Amino acid sequence: MNETPLPPPPPPQTTPRGGDLVLRHRLPTRLWHWINAFALLVLLMSGLMIFNAHPRLYWGDYGANFDHAWLKVGSARTGNSEVGYLEIAGRRWDTTGVLGLWTNPDGQVQRRAFPHWATIPSRYSLAEGRIWHLAFAWVLAGGLLLYLLWSLAARHLQRDLHITRGEWRPAHLWQDVRDHARLRFPAGAAALRYSVLQKLAYALVLFVLLPGMILTGLAMSPATDAWAPLVGEMFGGRQSARSVHFLFAMALVGFVLVHVTMTVLAGPLNELRSIVTGRYRLPRGERA
Amino acid sequence: MTLTLILTRRTLLRTGLAGAGGLLLPGCDRLIDNPAVRGTLESAEDLHRITQRALGGSALAREYGEAEMSPVFRANGSREVSDPVYRRHFSQGFANWSLALEGLVERPLAVPLHALRTLPQRAQITRHDCVEGWSAIGRWQGPRLATLLDMARLKPQARFLVFHCADLYHGRPYYESIDLADAFHPQTILAWSMNGRPLDEAHGAPLRLRVERQLGYKHAKFVTRIEAVATLAGIHGGRGGYWEDNGAYAWYAGI
Repeated sequence: MNETPLPPPPPPQTTPRGGDLVLRHRLPTRLWHWINAFALLVLLMSGLMIFNAHPRLYWGDYGANFDHAWLKVGSARTGNSEVGYLEIAGRRWDTTGVLGLWTNPDGQVQRRAFPHWATIPSRYSLAEGRIWHLAFAWVLAGGLLLYLLWSLAARHLQRDLHITRGEWRPAHLWQDVRDHARLRFPAGAAALRYSVLQKLAYALVLFVLLPGMILTGLAMSPATDAWAPLVGEMFGGRQSARSVHFLFAMALVGFVLVHVTMTVLAGPLNELRSIVTGRYRLPRGERA
Repeated sequence: MTLTLILTRRTLLRTGLAGAGGLLLPGCDRLIDNPAVRGTLESAEDLHRITQRALGGSALAREYGEAEMSPVFRANGSREVSDPVYRRHFSQGFANWSLALEGLVERPLAVPLHALRTLPQRAQITRHDCVEGWSAIGRWQGPRLATLLDMARLKPQARFLVFHCADLYHGRPYYESIDLADAFHPQTILAWSMNGRPLDEAHGAPLRLRVERQLGYKHAKFVTRIEAVATLAGIHGGRGGYWEDNGAYAWYAGI
């Protein structure tokens, strides 16, 4: 993780070419990436444990068992058989074995929402889930704040994530969608820059999903709601904030799945090296 | 020391690697059983309390209009009390029941229910947020706790108020505690009325604590005795409440 100049140091006037080893990610980016990845994993799994304590989601300020839930995970018995189900807006899916009804490693049938392999801790404990969740919430919030401040100061945002007017053109956006769909990745110096879809995805995570997780989390705190009621109102009340918290978490899971898939398709070892050591071998190709 | 370090590092490494394969869980299950790890994670509670108090001061919890109330207010925890003394008072409509306020006070009090109803009242429609995640909005009425504390006059050593309850939950006495910052907060009341009617048994008759800005388990039901103390050590499990002792819930439940 040292920042020694990379051999051979490219003369400033020449653009790097396909095959060159270049510095792609600076140390703060690499550090934050991994701290954040770990924090998000702990937050997700402990969050699913907290969800298990009341596996129903509502819109509005209040919401409890007698109120209408737009999403519900549970189990139901019909005749001799019992099923686990996920219910969204009145539609039910059988999720036996995964959601609502599953078997723990000791062979006991459990009627909790998310299964043991998806939660922290793996045995049911709302208290311990909260201990993990509320401690790592500080890691997420502190890390994001420091990273955004650094990104501004080091001009990472302005240089690498700023979407130019040209990139907003529908033709350009469409071209990028087509390139992604055909898995045509840029080569040579072009691979140093993020494509517009990448910029949009990272901006969505940095400026919408992660801050949204923190704000909806705070909106659920009765103490915060007293001194900052606007946070809760912004999302339409505490139970709405809880629903958005869950939906944003699922969106982050979706982002991570796409993100990991793309790095695997683009060359997993080279991508992994770049986010660990910072060094990235520019792909060779006709578009170099 | 070195050995411990190596072991810890190895454990961490294994946990990290296993995490990639979806096996983070046994690692986390083991980690939280380690007192040092658990202590570090639980110390976030102090951060929550300090930041919330610094930013929030004595801000009032949001109050709602009648139209915003939950149609049905879910009851949780003990919904009935088997204690024979409680049952006798219940059958008498709590006519001979009184609340004890004692401990580190200049003048211990025994306040009958009818007196609690005639003291200056505060009514508030607030949102009850359960630690499990659900919320219900209801109207609560009763005297401010501060009014009673002023009558009893706290001794200077008093730092916490402990609420002893008539119910056993899973065989153990329920109790809760708050510090003076919350005790003197304007919305901290001893509610004898809910949604315009005297409290029913499921919701904590004849008297329950309302400590808005904290989660539901702090709002002790069936309160029979309030004790002013200098420290929470030595009271039941010593962590300041039933769930704090028996479920590892945070004592500061503002988040």
